[in-house]
Amino acid sequence: MIQPVLRGAGLAAVLLVCATPLRAETIKVTIDNFTFTPTEVTVKVGDTVTWTNHDDIPHTVVSAGKYRSKTLDTDDSFSFTFAAAGDYKYFCSLHPHMTGLVKVE
Amino acid sequence: MSLGDHDENGVSRRKVLECMTWAGTGVLWTLSGGVPRSLGLVDAARAAEQPAPGLTFLQISDSHVGFDKPANPNATGTLEEAVNRIKAMPVKPAFMIHTGDISHLSKAAEFDDADRIISQSRLDVHYVPGEHDFLDEDVKLYKERYGKGTRGSGWYSFDANGVHFVGLVNVVDLKAGGLGNLGAEQLAWLEQDLKGRSKSTPIVVFAHIPLWTVYPQWGWGTEDGGRALDSLKGFGSVTVLNGHIHQVMQKVEGNVTFHTARSTAFPQPAPGTAPSPGPMKVEDARLRSLLGIASIDFKVGDERLAIIDTPLAG
Repeated sequence: MIQPVLRGAGLAAVLLVCATPLRAETIKVTIDNFTFTPTEVTVKVGDTVTWTNHDDIPHTVVSAGKYRSKTLDTDDSFSFTFAAAGDYKYFCSLHPHMTGLVKVE
Repeated sequence: MSLGDHDENGVSRRKVLECMTWAGTGVLWTLSGGVPRSLGLVDAARAAEQPAPGLTFLQISDSHVGFDKPANPNATGTLEEAVNRIKAMPVKPAFMIHTGDISHLSKAAEFDDADRIISQSRLDVHYVPGEHDFLDEDVKLYKERYGKGTRGSGWYSFDANGVHFVGLVNVVDLKAGGLGNLGAEQLAWLEQDLKGRSKSTPIVVFAHIPLWTVYPQWGWGTEDGGRALDSLKGFGSVTVLNGHIHQVMQKVEGNVTFHTARSTAFPQPAPGTAPSPGPMKVEDARLRSLLGIASIDFKVGDERLAIIDTPLAG
C-alpha cells in the first residue's frame, strides 16, 4: 500500500520539477446514499483510489474487465492502483444505477 | 395499507379494516376452479363460505437474514414473528413463495438461519433469488440450497391446481446504469415455457425486482421486463409478484396485475422521498406496521381487484 500524502502547494512545486511523481497518492471515494462521491475523480498513473461504503446496504465497485471489488459491507473499503492512463467507468453491480468515473492521466 | 378498486363481490371497507388487524406476513392466495382469490387469515368465516378452495398459497419477501442495522437490529426476529403468524393460520396454505433477499450478505450462516426459521412454517417454499443472495463468488450457496432443478441462474416453472407458476431471476448480470435484467436466454426459455398453453390458464409470475418500471432513478424496474410481459400477452389472467422495494405497490395493466410485497426485515422509502432507497429508520413502535403482508382479491374476467396489505402489527 502506498502511503497517502497531501497535495500541497510545496509538493506541487516538487512535482513540477520531477519528471514523474516521487510518491503516488490515495484518493478517497465514499459511498453514501447509494451514490459514489465524488462521482468523477481525476488521478495520475500510479495513484490509488479507495472506495469506502458508508451505507447500511452492501455495494460493489466494478469496472468491467479492469477491476472488481468483493462485496463491501458497511464501512468496508476497496482500493485499486491505476497503472495506466485512461477513463475507467465503474458501477455497483448490485445497484447498477450507481455509476462513477476515474480519469487517469 | 393500500386498497385497490373493489366491487360488491370483493371485500368491504369493514373487511379491509378487519384484515388490517390480522397480523401475518406475505400474500395469501386461494385458487378455486383455477380462479385466484385472496383469503385473509382472520377470514375463517369467508373461508367457510368457500368450501374446499382449490389452492391457497402465501408470499413472503426480503427477509434479509443477517441485517442488524438501526432500521431493524433484529431482522431474524421479525422473520420469526412472521413465520409464527403463518403457523397460526386457520387455513394451511399449500405452499409459500419467497421473492428473494432471503439473506443479507449471502453468508452460509444467514442461509442456515433462514432455513431454520422458514422451515418451521412446515410449508414447501418456492424461492427466487434477490441480489443479496448472489453475493458469494460463483453463487454456490443459493444454488446448492434453492436452485436444484432450476435452469440458468435459477429460473423454473411449475403447475399447481391448474395455475402455472413461473419463477424468474432478474438480479444477474446487471449492466452499468441499468435496471434489473432477465437476459436473452431466460426470455427465450420463458417464451418456450408458455408456448402452447391455453390462454385461459391463470399465470402467476414471481421475481425479486419489479418487472415493471416503478422508479428507474433507484433502479426499481427490469430493463427487459417488457419482453417478458410480451410473452404473457393473450393470457386472460396474469399476476406478477415481486419484492425488492420493501413496500406495497400495485398496478393493473390490461389483464396483468403487478404487486409488490412488504419485507419482513426493514422498510424502504417511497420513490423519491429520501436521498436513497436504503433502509428507512422509523420509530421502533412503527416498524412492524411497515413489515408484513399483502393479500389480493383477484378474479378472472374482472379487471378490478382489491388488494389488502396487512402489516406485522397495525
